[in-house]
Formats: sequence, structure tokens, C-alpha cells
Amino acid sequence: MDGVGMRRTVGVAAASAAVVLVAGCGGGGPQSGGDQKLTGDKIVLGVLNDQSGAYSELSGKNSVTAVEMAIADFTAKYGDKAVTKDITVETADHQNKPDVANSKAQEMYDRKGVDLILDVPTSSAALKVADVAKEKKKLYFNIGAATTDLTGKSCNKYTFHYAYDTYMLANGTGKTTTEQIGKNWYILYPNYAFGQDMEKSFSTAITAAGGKVVGKDGAPFPNTSGDFSTFLLKAPTLNPKPDVLGTMQAGAELVNVVKQYNEFKLRDKGVGLAVGLMFLTDIHSLTPAALAGTTYTDAWYWNFDAKNREFADRFQQKAGTRPTFAHAANYSAALQYLEAVQAAGTDDADAVVKGLEGKTVEDVFLRNGKIRAEDHRVVHDAYLAQVKPQSEVTEPWDYVKVLKTIPAAEAFRAPSADCKL
Amino acid sequence: MSGFAQNTFNGLVSGAFYALLALGLAVIFGMLRVVNFAHGAFYMLGAFGAYVLLTEAGVPFWAALVIMPVGLGLLGMALERAVIHRLTRLDPLYNFLLTFGLTLILQDLVKLRYGVQSSPYETPSLLSGTVNFGLFDFPTYRVFILGFAVLLCVAVWWVLTRTRIGMVVRASTERPDLTRAFGIDVGRWVTPVFGFGIGLAGLAGVLAAPMRAVNPLMGADLIIVVFAVVVIGGLGSIFGSVAAGFGIGLVQAWGEAYLSNFPIVSQTIVFIVMAAVLLWRPAGLFGREEAPA
Repeated sequence: MDGVGMRRTVGVAAASAAVVLVAGCGGGGPQSGGDQKLTGDKIVLGVLNDQSGAYSELSGKNSVTAVEMAIADFTAKYGDKAVTKDITVETADHQNKPDVANSKAQEMYDRKGVDLILDVPTSSAALKVADVAKEKKKLYFNIGAATTDLTGKSCNKYTFHYAYDTYMLANGTGKTTTEQIGKNWYILYPNYAFGQDMEKSFSTAITAAGGKVVGKDGAPFPNTSGDFSTFLLKAPTLNPKPDVLGTMQAGAELVNVVKQYNEFKLRDKGVGLAVGLMFLTDIHSLTPAALAGTTYTDAWYWNFDAKNREFADRFQQKAGTRPTFAHAANYSAALQYLEAVQAAGTDDADAVVKGLEGKTVEDVFLRNGKIRAEDHRVVHDAYLAQVKPQSEVTEPWDYVKVLKTIPAAEAFRAPSADCKL
Repeated sequence: MSGFAQNTFNGLVSGAFYALLALGLAVIFGMLRVVNFAHGAFYMLGAFGAYVLLTEAGVPFWAALVIMPVGLGLLGMALERAVIHRLTRLDPLYNFLLTFGLTLILQDLVKLRYGVQSSPYETPSLLSGTVNFGLFDFPTYRVFILGFAVLLCVAVWWVLTRTRIGMVVRASTERPDLTRAFGIDVGRWVTPVFGFGIGLAGLAGVLAAPMRAVNPLMGADLIIVVFAVVVIGGLGSIFGSVAAGFGIGLVQAWGEAYLSNFPIVSQTIVFIVMAAVLLWRPAGLFGREEAPA
């Protein structure tokens, strides 16, 4: 069984290598008219993400739906002029585990003929896939992960970071909250790579905006007791007293922190709440009442304008729910890749990368978007959002008002010197 | 000073959950010699049940506090009759396979219907304020949990030590063969005791709903600590499980508050205590060494 599988892998790999070689030599793919060159005469998009765990609702299967929408829109736009009508989607569940992500990514590129891997939440898993993309010389658009290392020391020619990162979150929320709500911060973060990275990014942004971090604590991760009261009790007793509690927890841990923040009535004690990373699905879990007034940075909001709303309506018809920014970003990333292949007339990774680098893009997700050539960071407008009080929520899932648009040029960090493509 | 009192109070509140869960595990292990790895799943079902009752039938917290433990207790009894009782004659490995398998099935059934995202559950309005203790004020709901759990533990203790049923249960827990020799039908009590243990887990779940994230995995995270509690207290020791439950809650809260500069220690303190206790007293603090047969 294993022997057969192995032989098949080797066979497919050899076959696809041969096709790449032929295409690379300018021999042209099979039955390609003119200079159209597609491996296997088709395009395969791979969505690699969490399909059953903690991040499966904020992205998961509905991101596959978003990618399918992009394919349908692309096909409708170009009709017979499309580089191919044979565009398919492969999906896999990486369970948020780096080793699983690594082997699934290899399988996608080698055996499933995937031209582009999309999504990949969880920073540790995202970085592994970047290594695979580099090794296989195949494209990878990361959407779900937050680490700036993807465009820093771990950047490579075939990896693009599409939706957001820890710098964007910290810069938007840390800076604006310091200017508008209060200067003194207490930061609570989950004590692992993501949390530590977030804490550093926030501390830098807060200090730069003239604020001060008066206390910070790394909470156990995972927090098996589910209790954060030690930290929540400590916050108002610090000297000077913090104006803002910045929580970097995510998912169920964020829910615990916010529930207990409300239980201890910290808002009444003059300690406001800022959240590092929050998805629409988190607000839905907690209810807007529990979060009313909380500010955070959003990469995209479904009810921001008519264009977003039109997309959200179409998405809801297919998925039965409103899209998070991750869903919209997966749609946009798939669409922009297909546009790039169309423009290049080939799915050869090097040719597509060349077309993408430095390109300015405008679509439902990317506003004032630009694909930076220096580090492959996709920059675009970000939004400072605030959760509405329950009384202002007039329709399901419309939980947020956008306070301010953060221009693309300010939203993301300057290209890092650590990145050498 | 007020900080210390607050942290102590919090430790006791966390401890109340550990104590309720560990107490259920202890009576089940004592009576059936079954380590119930599905205990966390029943805790989760308690919380989820409260959520479903509220959102789909408008049943308030107070009613859920009665309905869920009773309902889950009955479900537990049915399970005991259907499958659990078969375990007593089998290799302990089957105990693990069955109860852990049950956990996965229950978790995935809930996941299938409600997803992994946490579900909202409000604190009952009567308990949503704070109580002022002079030195500090504290959420009313936490005060209620602590009071309720202590009362419940005292009630269980009273039943076990002062009533005939309790005497039979204690005797069957500690020396089942000897109890049988006295002509007492131990088997009769097995099913209700299993149901009672499951009911306690469900009750803890309902109590947790307003202050913890309600999602299919909430029990899986907590149960790891609860097993450490049971081992520290002494497997099967009823008093030991309660004492260790509150004790571990305190150790965890103090550890987080005063050892925060040593995150490695504060994150693993429960297991450090467990290792130390096992080295010093392999049967746990209140456990009894197994007499050679």
C-alpha cells in the first residue's frame, strides 16, 4: 500500500517536473493555443486551513466558498477569453499543527497539482508552509496568520502576506486608543509566540504614540483553568492606574477574558478594553452587549460600504452567514492570482510573481491595495472599528461601526531589513 | 492585603469547580473502579444544555440549574446500564477506550450542531452585581458559586456520613468485597452513584456557563487539571477530592499572582504539586495504600 503510494508520488512528481521543464523551455503546454502555458492545462487553487478546530469558523470551509466565488466571478468576467475554464479547488485541514501543515502543503504542490496555496492560519504553521513554497518554487498567499516574520526574516520569493499582521493590529489599535482613550496600558497576552509578538508590537506602538505600558503579564497558554481573574484584579491596583486593558488573547480565551472583564466591572473602575485581534465571529459569540465600546483594528468589514455589502449578500446566499475579513481576503487573493495568471498567460510561478510585484490593486477587499515588491507585503486600507452598543444593532451580524480608515501607507510597517527575497 | 484576599477568594472559586468535578470522579471510581475520562464532556454538556434551554426554550439559569444535573444524571444512569457496567470485568485499557471515545463522540456531536465558536450566556440578572467586602468588592456571581459549592459539598458529606445510604456507599467504595460479605447488595447502588457523579459534572457546567467560554472543548481543557486534583487527593477518596480541589484552586491562583515572573512555574504548578505528592505519598494525600490481596 505504502509502496504503491510512494511510487505514485514519485511518478506524479516526475511527470509534473517534466511538464514544468518543457513549459520552462518554451516548448508550450499540451494543446495550448498561442503562448498560453498552464501546467496540466488547468489551474488548481489549494485552501489549506483549520477545518474543524478553533479557527474553523472565522475562516475554515467558508473560505473555500469564498475562493469558489472568486473562480465563478473570474470565469464570468473573461468568458471564452479566460486563460482556462478548468479551475478547481483542493482543500485540506492542517489542524493548526505545523507538521501537518508541512506535509499537506507538500502533498498539495506535488501530488494535487496545486498552483497556489491560500489561507493557512496559525503563525507556526504559516511559516512552515512558506518554507515549502520556497523549496517547491510555488506560490503561497497567506491570509489567516498574523506573524510579521512572513515578510521579515522568513520572507521568500513565492510567499505573499495578504490580509493583516501583528504590526497592523498594534499600530491601529495601540496608536489610536492611546491618543483617544488613555495613555496608560496594562497588557495581558497569552504566553506563546503569537502573544509575545503581539505584546512587543503593541508596546512599541503605544510608546511611539506617547503612551506608557504600566504593566504586562503573560498568562498561561493554554489556560486550562479558564480563569483570568488574577490579572483582571491586578489591573486597577497598578500605579499609575491603567486607562486601558489591552488583551491579546484569541478565540475562546478572548471570550473568557471579556466575560471576566465584565464580571469584575473594570469599565466602571475606569479601565477601558482594547482587543488585539478580533473577528466578527468573536463578537457574535460574546454578543455586542458584552463588548460595547471596545475598539480594535479590522482588516475589512462587511457592512462598510455598498461594495462590501454586495459581496456580503452574495456570500451569505452561499455560506448562510456574513463574511469575516478572512473570507473576503481569501476571495480577493484567489481573484488577484487568477488575474495575474490571465495577464501573464501562464501559471509559471516566476512569471506570475513578476507580474504581481509592485502591482496596485483595487477590489472588494483591497482598497488602495499594493503588492510590495520589496517584501511581498500586500498593503491596503485598514479600519479602526468599535463595537456598537446593543441598542444600535439593527440587523444580525452588523455589530461594528468604523471610526476611521487607516490609509494603506500608514497601516503597515515599512519593508523590513530582515527580508531578503 | 486586599490583593491577597482577592486572589485567595478567586482560588477558592476555581477550586469549587475542581471540587465538584473531582467529587463526582471520586465516587464513581470508588464504587465502579472506573476512571471516567468522559467527565469533562458531561461538564461541557451541562453548560451547553443551559445555553440551549435558554436560547431555544427561554428556560432561565435557575431552572437549568435543576434540569441539567437531573437530566444528565438520568443519561448517566442509562449509559452505566448500557455500557459502563461491562467495564468492571475487562482490562483497564477498555475503560480508557470507552470513556475517552465517549468524550470524542459527545464533543463532535455538539460541534456538528453548534460549531466551535463559543456561545453566549449571560449572568443571571439577580447575580450580576458586586458584593462589597470592605477591603475589596467581588462579583456577586462568584460569591454565589463559592457558597453554593460549599453548601453542596457539606450536603454530600452529610448524606455520606449521617445516612444509611451514605454508609452503604462509603462501605462499598472502600471495601466492596467486605460490604458484600455483610449481605449488602452493592450492585444496586452502582447505577445511581454513577448518575450522581455525572449530575455533579453537569451542575458544575451550568455554573460555569456565565463566566466561561461555552464551547465543545471547554471540558477537555479543564479535565486535565481535575485528574491531577483527583490524584493529589487520593483516587477514590471523597474527602480528599474536595480538599484537593479547593487546595489546587488556591495554589493555582497564588502561583499566577506571586510567581508571574516565573511563567514556567506558574503554568505547571499543579503538576509540580502532583509530582511532589506522588513521591511523598504515592496513594495521594488522603488515599489509602492498597492492601496486598
